[in-house]
Amino acid sequence: MNIPSNIITLVAGIIVTMISIWYGQNHGLMPVAASEEAIQVDGLFNLMVTIACGLFLIVQGTLVFCLIKFRRKQGDTTDGPPIEGNIPLEIVWTAIPTIIVFILSIYSFEVYNNMGGLDPMASMASHHSPSQHQHHQPMLAMANQSQISLGIGDSPDENSNSPVYVDVNGIQYAWIFNYADSGIISGELRVPVEHPVHLNLRAGDVIHAFWLPEFRLKQDTIPGQDATLVFTPTRIGDYPIICAELCGAYHGGMKSRLYVMSETDYQEWLQENIIAQTQEGVNTVAVNTSEMSDGEYLTPYAQEMGVNQEIIAQLRQIQ
Amino acid sequence: MTAAISATKQRKWQDYFTFCTDHKVIGIQYLVSSFFFYFIGGIFAEIMRTELATPEPDLVSPELYNQLLTLHGTIMIFLWIVPAAAGFANYLIPLMVGAEDMAFPRLNALAFWINPPAGVLLLSSFFVGAPQSGWTSYPPLSLLSGKWGEEFWILSILLIGTSSILGAINFITTILKMRIPDMDIHSMPLFCWAMLASSALALLSTPVLAAALVLLSFDLIIGTNFFNPAGGGNPIVYQHLFWFYSHPAVYIMILPFFGIISEVLPVHSRKPIFGYRAIAYSSLAISFLGLIVWAHHMFTSGTPGWLRMFFMATTMLIAVPTGIKIFSWCATLWGGKLNLNTSLLFGIGFVSSFLIGGLSGVMIASVPFDIHVHDTYFIVAHFHYVLFGGSVLGLYAGVYHWFPKMTGRMVNETLGRIHFVMSFIGLNVTFLPMHELGLMGMNRRIALYDLEFQPLNLISTIGSYILATSTIPFIINVIWSLNKGTQAERNPWRSLTLEWQTSSPPAIENFSEPPVLWSGPYEYGIDSESIESESVQDLLTEVASEG
Repeated sequence: MNIPSNIITLVAGIIVTMISIWYGQNHGLMPVAASEEAIQVDGLFNLMVTIACGLFLIVQGTLVFCLIKFRRKQGDTTDGPPIEGNIPLEIVWTAIPTIIVFILSIYSFEVYNNMGGLDPMASMASHHSPSQHQHHQPMLAMANQSQISLGIGDSPDENSNSPVYVDVNGIQYAWIFNYADSGIISGELRVPVEHPVHLNLRAGDVIHAFWLPEFRLKQDTIPGQDATLVFTPTRIGDYPIICAELCGAYHGGMKSRLYVMSETDYQEWLQENIIAQTQEGVNTVAVNTSEMSDGEYLTPYAQEMGVNQEIIAQLRQIQ
Repeated sequence: MTAAISATKQRKWQDYFTFCTDHKVIGIQYLVSSFFFYFIGGIFAEIMRTELATPEPDLVSPELYNQLLTLHGTIMIFLWIVPAAAGFANYLIPLMVGAEDMAFPRLNALAFWINPPAGVLLLSSFFVGAPQSGWTSYPPLSLLSGKWGEEFWILSILLIGTSSILGAINFITTILKMRIPDMDIHSMPLFCWAMLASSALALLSTPVLAAALVLLSFDLIIGTNFFNPAGGGNPIVYQHLFWFYSHPAVYIMILPFFGIISEVLPVHSRKPIFGYRAIAYSSLAISFLGLIVWAHHMFTSGTPGWLRMFFMATTMLIAVPTGIKIFSWCATLWGGKLNLNTSLLFGIGFVSSFLIGGLSGVMIASVPFDIHVHDTYFIVAHFHYVLFGGSVLGLYAGVYHWFPKMTGRMVNETLGRIHFVMSFIGLNVTFLPMHELGLMGMNRRIALYDLEFQPLNLISTIGSYILATSTIPFIINVIWSLNKGTQAERNPWRSLTLEWQTSSPPAIENFSEPPVLWSGPYEYGIDSESIESESVQDLLTEVASEG
């Protein structure tokens, strides 16, 4: 009797393993990966899906099997076997999750470290010498206010392209991008492909969260505290930038776009905007928003937020 | 037998509206009032899901949407699951340990009567502009979005927190000090172990939340700057204090239902619980680990890299005691004689759904992955699988299991099974698609979203309607069974725990004779003839009549 049941268990184990491995590699649940960091996170996610799928099938399979096989027969009032425990079995099923979480912890640590989560440049930004980034004084000035800089980001690699530094300011309900090198101020983010992008995040009013789903990156922007995100886009395209932390009534509309461009397109855009913004002057960004009504304040952001005229009219009625 | 039941002194319906100190009355008061708030929280959820059926904010304004989501979360946590668990604990613990009442009956009544005014206060915030900064109430948003609504929210949570602390003191004392002499700590039912762990957690963590809310209140009312960055305060400190309570709160909410499942499965599968000590100690392990994981809610917030690693490790470690419980429950069912009544179906549904929430829980413990899905619908899916698939299904398993004991009537099994099937389907149709929504890029707490997310949102909304409709057979069942249900025997499930040794419903003084511990709580299949509690009671009756 033991041999056939062992064979059945073995076959079931092989089938569960094969389904789990196949599903772990082919689930298609994640959006496109647009950076090297995202590919690493996806690798970790695939492993977790594989393990989760296996455990899911084993436990749900057991439950369904019990429901069918061990259903009480009509009129049977006797009890089942008085099995109160099995020490070796309990040791095994304590050890297996322990080993799994141990492996996942180490793998997660590795991925996090590769993403730059433990990188001294990012986490100890307050100790930078100002001479290292003379062109980026505002970030350092802010960073020096806090002892620990938050976020994720590798140290700039000497062999890689020069980073693009952008100050990102989150306000209700828009992202404002300030290019430290060129002085361009924009409502959307444009970066060249294969260049490290160094974002210095801050918030003007309440907590926001800067989320790039295709880059698997997110960082809260906290008033009075700087945070950093460093990543290298590897795929040309345009991607959503989303605020993930509840920041007020129109939080759902706080969106922008990240355009990853070829080096040439990026340089063209840079030149056009430097000229355009020089001609426009600074008056347009120096509007005193406190004197504007909420409706007037929100109108310029309506398109970015995906809010149409009808909704704005509704919002005014509510006011 | 029926004559004996009707002869036992029972409470009048008016007693349930008074400051009655009987733990059974208080248990029912907790359960009924928490169901009342469940329906209100559910209505809020349905309005939100209807709003989310389309991408535009066309049903409610974004402000109202945020008010609804804030109150939905607050009500479901503080006025539904936590008090419902307290309801079971109040009703069952003295009966399970063979006591006449809780250790501090007046404190117990006080703890309950704090809750209804707190709930009314919370709901009345709509008159002054309900809070709209989420149940987390993070400053500085909570300091900016309406002072009085926020203040009402703080006051009601402080009241409920006080109730929770008083309840926890009572549960711990009753479990540790009021057991009958024969019952050592390793022969008490696992529900008592679970409540011990849950109450210890509540006692340690709730005061920290109270401190955070008092300071937030100072910032709101008198303009201090504890958390307000505009005046030099630090909003991250609030997050630490808030989550120091609010992560353990998850375990405060789920541990009692772990206990209920550990009671339901052995009885209805006619087998001893598998690994009694492992399940008991794993509750304590979860309780301890639950205290040192709070910053995983702040992985994308103001948490430095090395701290993220520490909290990732502790969070992942919780999978071990939780896994022990799930495997032990499966082993309890294995080889049993499963009576597939509604209670057991909800019990198995609990294990099945909680497993999904547990697996996604391990995933989001991993920092790199959590960074992607934090504050998205993946998280919404995760905690609804844990708290609806876990707590609420566990709660229903408990209601169907102890309904005969509490009311003296059996429930209608057909309506119960319809309730289970609709709940289980509704739960999965509602919350499963949310995993994918979050992974693809839909953030939570939004009334408007991109068009690409509509199909999955529509499925989710339809699922929520099934879930809402599932409560109708339940309500009909409760009302019908209370009036017309078959008279319940003292021990219809042939259970071995002490609460089944007394009449159904129990007399005011619980046991007419001091209960006798004839067996462990789960010794099914060992010698069913000699330990069957029906026989035990007959024996007691004989002794009493001879005496």
